[in-house]
Amino acid sequence: MKMKSLAVGLAAAAFAALAQADINVGVIVSATGPAASLGIPEKNTVALLPTTIAGQKINYIVLDDASDTTTAVKNTRKLIAEDKVDVVVGSTITPNSLAMIDVVAEGETPMISMAASSKIVDPANPKVKWVFKTPQNDVQMSTAIVEHMTTHGVKTVAFIGFSDAYGEGWYNEFAKVAEARHLQIVANERYNRADTSVTGQVLKIMSAKPDAVLIAGSGTPAALPQVALMERGYKGKFYQTHGVANNDFLRVVGKNVEGTFLPAGPVLVAAQLPDSNPIKKVALDYVTKYEKAYGKGSVSTFGAHAWDASRLLFDAIPVALKKAKPGSKEFRAALRDAIEGLKNVTLAHGISNMSPTDHLGFDQRARVMVKIENGAWKLQ
Amino acid sequence: MDLQIALLLGQDGIVNGAVYALLALALVLVFAVTRVIFIPQGEFVAFGALTLASFQAGKTPGTLWLLIGMGVAVAAIDSFSAWQSRRPRRILQVVGWNLAYPLLVGAAIRYGAPQEWPLALQVLFAMAVVVPLGPMIYRLAYQPLAEASVLVLLIVSVAIHMALVGLGLLFFGAEGSRTTPFSDASFQLGDLMVNGQSLWVVAASAALIVVLYVFFERTLYGKALRATAINRTGARLMGISTTMAGKLSFLLAVGIGALSGILIAPITTVYYDTGFLIGLKGFVGAIVGGMASYPVAAAGAVLVGLLESFSSFWASAFKEVIVFTMIIPVLVWRSLTTHHVEEDE
Repeated sequence: MKMKSLAVGLAAAAFAALAQADINVGVIVSATGPAASLGIPEKNTVALLPTTIAGQKINYIVLDDASDTTTAVKNTRKLIAEDKVDVVVGSTITPNSLAMIDVVAEGETPMISMAASSKIVDPANPKVKWVFKTPQNDVQMSTAIVEHMTTHGVKTVAFIGFSDAYGEGWYNEFAKVAEARHLQIVANERYNRADTSVTGQVLKIMSAKPDAVLIAGSGTPAALPQVALMERGYKGKFYQTHGVANNDFLRVVGKNVEGTFLPAGPVLVAAQLPDSNPIKKVALDYVTKYEKAYGKGSVSTFGAHAWDASRLLFDAIPVALKKAKPGSKEFRAALRDAIEGLKNVTLAHGISNMSPTDHLGFDQRARVMVKIENGAWKLQ
Repeated sequence: MDLQIALLLGQDGIVNGAVYALLALALVLVFAVTRVIFIPQGEFVAFGALTLASFQAGKTPGTLWLLIGMGVAVAAIDSFSAWQSRRPRRILQVVGWNLAYPLLVGAAIRYGAPQEWPLALQVLFAMAVVVPLGPMIYRLAYQPLAEASVLVLLIVSVAIHMALVGLGLLFFGAEGSRTTPFSDASFQLGDLMVNGQSLWVVAASAALIVVLYVFFERTLYGKALRATAINRTGARLMGISTTMAGKLSFLLAVGIGALSGILIAPITTVYYDTGFLIGLKGFVGAIVGGMASYPVAAAGAVLVGLLESFSSFWASAFKEVIVFTMIIPVLVWRSLTTHHVEEDE
């Protein structure tokens, strides 16, 4: 009920604003449900975004999709039909973002996703013309892991991941790259994020005797297999994915994660980047603003995807404003063209060079390998 | 698979099964006495564990505000009805339990320093915060509908489950927590390594089952609960208050839930929504027992634990599928062996 009246209030505000031709940005995040640990920092970040760009007032209309695909689609329809948004930012997770593509293509509204999968901006799909994203593709991250493994003498690896789209997506990408690099996957296990025990999976991994274990989970649930493997006396290397890059993960696993490797966006280790790296300034700016508002150590890499989405808009909106007035079909098309034409935009997660075939635009600079040392992230 | 792996899996299954068994008993108890299918049972597992974790992290748990808030609501409603029926002493009692008690617990937590307390005292206070929520929820949500059909009560349960999961996210955030173990000891038993905490889980579950047995067989309140379960109208004619029986069964159920959470929090990470899945597995156990038989429900729950453990070794991606599919043969078997009686509403 509260959500509804809030939404009505926001809608009313949006209509009032329409008269002055402000720019309306619809934001869809998964602030509740299974993806809440990713969606909450994104929602927090939206509150820190600039309220004027190029002299135009920006209205943010934030809706929660409860990590549910149907709700994400419903919210997208609502934002486009009722709130007449000029751009949609969201959603947090891949299944929701994939489902939203049809709706934004039909409504001819640009969308900037904050989810990981490369399928979201797959250039083979004509509807993807309207869709952009800010997080690194999962294939970029799995290549980084495989490279690190092969250069550090790992020959066999065991995989354990979430029994959902995240774990499955990671396994597919990882298996592809691993095969090309002659890395042998000796065990492939799944677990649920709410599981209380992974003894069965851990015993199976132990009996396969891998040189390294890759755990594909996000947030604190990724700690469970690692703690269980340590308790059983596993001595090999541990790899985690960028899904664990928040301080809660370090809090829960404690001393069990020393020496774990993971790929991550540079924002995770912003302070350790060399001064010559242009990303450092943008990333530190975000970290400082976020921690000022929500307390020290509260920042995570996930919120930075929302920040990056707004950086793209910051550069694209002035270009689009020259062609059309906000609130019109022409403006939305101009905005889409402007985002696609962005070159060398420095974001907290990397440097983006958009093109008609690449709606992410990141290169190698968008990821770093990080090692966990003394309970902190250490740039490798 | 060799013998050692089988033993390790068996041990893991029994530890998990012990927790499911406790929850299955609580579900059977609540259903027998009040006809409520208590879906929010699992939430109290998470509340118990996370309240303890908040103490250890030096934070004031959000459940305390829930306790005070619900206490105020219950005190207001009950004092009003006591005032209408002109029973001033009853007002004193109501305000004492629902207003003064939560505030006292709250004051002890705010002005004491729970972070430095010994573990036993932390556990005691975590229970003191969470357990009274049971009777309060009964008073606010179920008591006005006590005579409604099972379906209506089930719908109320789903609503409370949703509300509590949402509150859990608000109170404790999306990320999980672990607590410090009761004991760091570990024992070598042949090839088997047994850690102290899993012994605690099994021992505490067994002890609790014995205590429940004695409670139902030997005490007046226990017998009153059994009488209500067998025949509500008959029990009322004998002077047993069904309201009291309802509150008492919720007190026990929530107590069992919170204690299970506190027991498992050191061996696994607990999230605001962990409880639902654990509760659901307890529910599978309870169904094996036909929502009526305590020993069969407990045995069914241990079976769920073992099945889960072995299937996580053989086919980890299909673990939940295997566990929950177990309901189908059980239901078929039950519908073939038991004579179906139409429930008269």
